[in-house]
Amino acid sequence: MEGQLPGVLADPTQLHEPIDLRGTTLEVLEPLMRGMVTIRIAERILAKAREDGLIGGPVHLGVGQEGVAVGVSALLRKTDRIFGAHRSHSHVLALGSSPRKLFAEILGKDTGLSRGMGGSMHLWDEPNGFMGSVPIVAGTVPLAVGAAHAERMKGTDNIGVSYLGDGACEEGAVHESMNLARMLNAPVIFVVENNLFSSHMFIDLRQPSNMTARFAEAHRIPFEIVDGNDVLAVKEASERLVAAARRGDGPGFLEAVTYRWYGHVDFREDIDVGVARSAKDVANWRARDPIGRLARAMAAAGFWSESDQQALEGEVRLALESDWEEALGDPYPEESALMDRVYSAGRTRG
Amino acid sequence: MSQMTSYSYGTAMRAAFEYLLENYPEVFIIGQGLWSPWYVGNTMTELEKKFGKERVIDTPVSELACTGAAVGAGLSDMKPIVVHPRLDFMLYGLDAVVNQAAKWSHMFGGQASPNVTIRGIINRGGEQGAQHSQALHAWFAHIPGLRVVTPATVADARDLMIASVLSPSPVMFIDDRWLYDLEDELPPVQELDLATIGPARLKEGDDVTIVGSGYSTQLALEAADALADRGISADVVDLRVLNPFDPAEIVASVRRTGRLIVLDGGWRTCGMAGEVIASVTERVAPSELKASPLRVTLPDAPAPTSRVLEAVYYPRLEDIVAAASDLCAPASA
Repeated sequence: MEGQLPGVLADPTQLHEPIDLRGTTLEVLEPLMRGMVTIRIAERILAKAREDGLIGGPVHLGVGQEGVAVGVSALLRKTDRIFGAHRSHSHVLALGSSPRKLFAEILGKDTGLSRGMGGSMHLWDEPNGFMGSVPIVAGTVPLAVGAAHAERMKGTDNIGVSYLGDGACEEGAVHESMNLARMLNAPVIFVVENNLFSSHMFIDLRQPSNMTARFAEAHRIPFEIVDGNDVLAVKEASERLVAAARRGDGPGFLEAVTYRWYGHVDFREDIDVGVARSAKDVANWRARDPIGRLARAMAAAGFWSESDQQALEGEVRLALESDWEEALGDPYPEESALMDRVYSAGRTRG
Repeated sequence: MSQMTSYSYGTAMRAAFEYLLENYPEVFIIGQGLWSPWYVGNTMTELEKKFGKERVIDTPVSELACTGAAVGAGLSDMKPIVVHPRLDFMLYGLDAVVNQAAKWSHMFGGQASPNVTIRGIINRGGEQGAQHSQALHAWFAHIPGLRVVTPATVADARDLMIASVLSPSPVMFIDDRWLYDLEDELPPVQELDLATIGPARLKEGDDVTIVGSGYSTQLALEAADALADRGISADVVDLRVLNPFDPAEIVASVRRTGRLIVLDGGWRTCGMAGEVIASVTERVAPSELKASPLRVTLPDAPAPTSRVLEAVYYPRLEDIVAAASDLCAPASA
């Protein structure tokens, strides 16, 4: 393996063309498209609501990165153990979480995924496999290893998934976790969404290589490096890694190269806020749009059209806007929630 | 009459692990040194031979990953125990304890809770110095959502370990190697609900209330015996569970004795002794106190190595007895 990301993955002027469908049928592609469109529109609604002052706390948006979670989640079950981080709206929505509950959570409502206690950065939806997301960078990575190992101890073929970013790869927790996962043979997939930025800092200013998969090699963990804005490539790489983990081969590592169109937090684009994020780069990355590239590929294959795309987006938008309006009207937690939820239900003293 | 069995504090803890591994297939133990005869005293001897290395897992030198993995397993139907042979060593693992385990229930609306027990051992003295000695129980007791258990007796070494592992909440279980040779006769195991456990009175007396936790509780009992020779009868209360902290037993005792001494094996500033005194004085009127409360703690310095300095660093029985005698002496006119 070479020292840097292979090919043109990190070159924003490349990979603007439609993705290669490799004969995939509409039945497979349509849910992937719907999943990405749902995340895109949901996060657009959140960006506007944050800008309009309707959301009190920070939102870390992943617009532009939808292909990763949708591609990975196509292989996951509700009994798998998935952990996220600060930018996890896409992770829960791709697993089938209710957008209404996600919106309610971000608004701090009792009807939210975390019953209004978490907001955007602390999401929970265990019935859909999502064990939790937290904003401490790399905080859930060792938890995913342990949850995956627990499944192995229980004798299931469920797996763990740990979503992390290129920035998290600079944390010691990640390296300890990969080593431990390898030594325990824990069935966990480390999914690195390498969007080349940690907050305002470009990866070249933080690491001697822009390829995080080098860490997988160091820990003898099989890895795949893919164009994260090619949902089919993500899905196919995930198929290989997930199958290996389910059959007992231990951990896997997926590096999906992508880019977030918004800045680190909230609705601004953060052009030149930090280092090496120019308007031109953002424009180029928008041309590597995972949704647009799939839509054009489907159109070229003859089973999709611009009006199909518009109809889908219109339908999804209508449903999501209705969810948002309903969430706005939902109740906040009772004041008793402040103290009642410190310890798990029914077993408190003091 | 139930059958009594002789244990030391160390073998009582081993009996707890044995009970848990035998009766609960979801229990496993993970940590550094578990397959070694010297890291954890006699508290885990040959458990891996009896229950297998899949359930008693010795690990890489990765405190954070191992603690976090135990938290994650505790969210996935297991009841793991993660063992740190020194509290000092586990500080790399604090994110998993403080940011993750302790907050999990609250930040996710009470819908999930990691069923994990984090065992940290205090092992000081012996010229081991500043990084093999720290008693950081007060740090952990400061964290909402984390139950903190400091067993001082042979019975609690066994039964509170079992209660900790069966509790759905994350538990920080802190035991002290200076207690390992303590001996007692115990009845068969009874499973306790940790949420119902709080400070307990170990000795009754009318003149002064002495509070301790962990090894300090044994010092308190020895001090009470020495004070009895001087005609002073002491009420001794063992904290047992530092968080959530319930001061009711201590408040009731101080209302009766009018005097309070808190012994603590941790540092003075922002320590558990200060918390106990504050909790009592905000509930007991000044007119009910016969003397100002007193705390006997470590000085605010890292542990030394030289035995000459160690001798003055750790609270000594004679100092405690002298301080208690002064406290109980009639006020000079």
